[in-house]
Amino acid sequence: MNKIPSALSLGIRRGGLEIRQFARQRESVVFTLLFPVILLAIFGSVFKDTIAPGVTFSQYFLAGMIASGLVNTGFQALAITIPLERDFGALKRLRGTPMPASSYFIGKSILIFVSMVIQILLLLGFGILFFGVDLPTDINKWITFTWLVLLGSACSTALGIAFSIVPKSGRGASAVVSPIVIILQFFSGVFFVFTQLPSWMQHVAAIFPLKWLTQGMRSVFLPDSFASQEVAKDWETGKTAVILLVWLAIGIFFSVRKFKWDRD
Amino acid sequence: MSFIEVKGLKKSYGDVHAVRGVDLEIAQGEIFSLLGPNGAGKTTTVEILEGFRTRDAGTVSVLGFDPQSRGHQSREWRNRIGIVLQSSADAGDLTVLETIEHFSGYYSNPRKVDEVIYAVGLVEKESALIRTLSGGQRRRLDVALGIVGNPELLFLDEPTTGFDPEARRSFWALIQKLRSDGTTILLTTHYLDEAEALADRVAVINNGVIIEVSTPAELGGRATSQATVTWRDGDTVKSERSDNPTALVSKLSSLFGGEVPELVVSRPSLEDIYLEMIGETHE
Repeated sequence: MNKIPSALSLGIRRGGLEIRQFARQRESVVFTLLFPVILLAIFGSVFKDTIAPGVTFSQYFLAGMIASGLVNTGFQALAITIPLERDFGALKRLRGTPMPASSYFIGKSILIFVSMVIQILLLLGFGILFFGVDLPTDINKWITFTWLVLLGSACSTALGIAFSIVPKSGRGASAVVSPIVIILQFFSGVFFVFTQLPSWMQHVAAIFPLKWLTQGMRSVFLPDSFASQEVAKDWETGKTAVILLVWLAIGIFFSVRKFKWDRD
Repeated sequence: MSFIEVKGLKKSYGDVHAVRGVDLEIAQGEIFSLLGPNGAGKTTTVEILEGFRTRDAGTVSVLGFDPQSRGHQSREWRNRIGIVLQSSADAGDLTVLETIEHFSGYYSNPRKVDEVIYAVGLVEKESALIRTLSGGQRRRLDVALGIVGNPELLFLDEPTTGFDPEARRSFWALIQKLRSDGTTILLTTHYLDEAEALADRVAVINNGVIIEVSTPAELGGRATSQATVTWRDGDTVKSERSDNPTALVSKLSSLFGGEVPELVVSRPSLEDIYLEMIGETHE
């Protein structure tokens, strides 16, 4: 008798399958990957102001779009598609096989990570070509960028899986999830300069990860002189890491404990 | 050796007592069919056996394992069973071959993918995307995914719903082939002729309890029940129930001087017996 395949190897196989499925859904590929680029094009063309010496709004906005891309491709996509899979009976069928839950989660994480990397490359390429965004030359900024992407995508994936238990049906999921994401984007300084928002909005935003991701991305793509323009007059990199880790832990806890495989 | 052993199984949803004390024993190698109207407790019972639901009371052993326990043993157990659920409509953007191949990777000793595709009759459709399949083809894919892991025990829930008569016949042949390969099968179905064609034993469940367990031929005293003899006498069709139909036919034959016009001798079908049984317990 052969051994049952390990959870990790099945997770990697599932990742491959998820990517293949995703790539074949043209509408969702276009919507998920190109929509942020289109937004960047619109906002970058409309708001051409300089918000600080050497910092244009489009640069500020690019940092915000990369951060909210992490939320869109992870949290939003999963919290909408998992309830659909549940409605179709796909999750229940998986539950009836020897595939462990962890393999399913690993597969989703791989899909999300790959689509995030593609999206970030698209946004950066677009920003460099059309909006005069300069890539950082300091190696430390790239290190910050790397852990922000890794931690941010892990956090976003875990919270998306956890939140998938909230929508009652697959059809209603996007009505529940999309407003949350859009409001968070407004509150977190993606569409507007964060310090110009009412302070109550800033306080609300500071509870959630997106505000910290946008601030972190600004620390990578804006000059260091801009740190003095932030609320705390600092990039608050350490605090960002702690808050993202806490949200990651919350996401993993609810994903593992409360994940629903069946409609009822 | 019994593969499934259920004693005193109970399950309620709030005030609704879906299962009120079910006992079952299913032996290795048999096709066992569970019959019952909607809401009889059929699905709840089967889902408890499949490990999808927890029970309120009673003991359950499936391949010597309690389906509601979790952990690594549960994976080992799932590796030995196959489940064909009532409806699933997922992964429309994958091909038949890709999907079956992927699922085969979940098991330690899967069947050969091309053999499975052949067995369910999807050879011509193996490169087709799932969302282009017809309802019946999709159902055959469901079955393929249920058997690809080479299960010792297969759960089939309403497997031929939406099949045309020809597809049902070829599906039945597939199930008989699986049984002759040694697979034990628990079949729930609405089609009485399906149970009759496939099952070694049937259980009728109603109002959360098992009313009778028997072979399809003997259920409800069917084998010993009265036969009905009908024939034409002039303008009228006459019919008589009899314990001795042969004697009646020979009497008729001498009466008519040879051939009896439009002679039919029948016994109650499984469906007649079944409807009578579940009718009796309905208030």
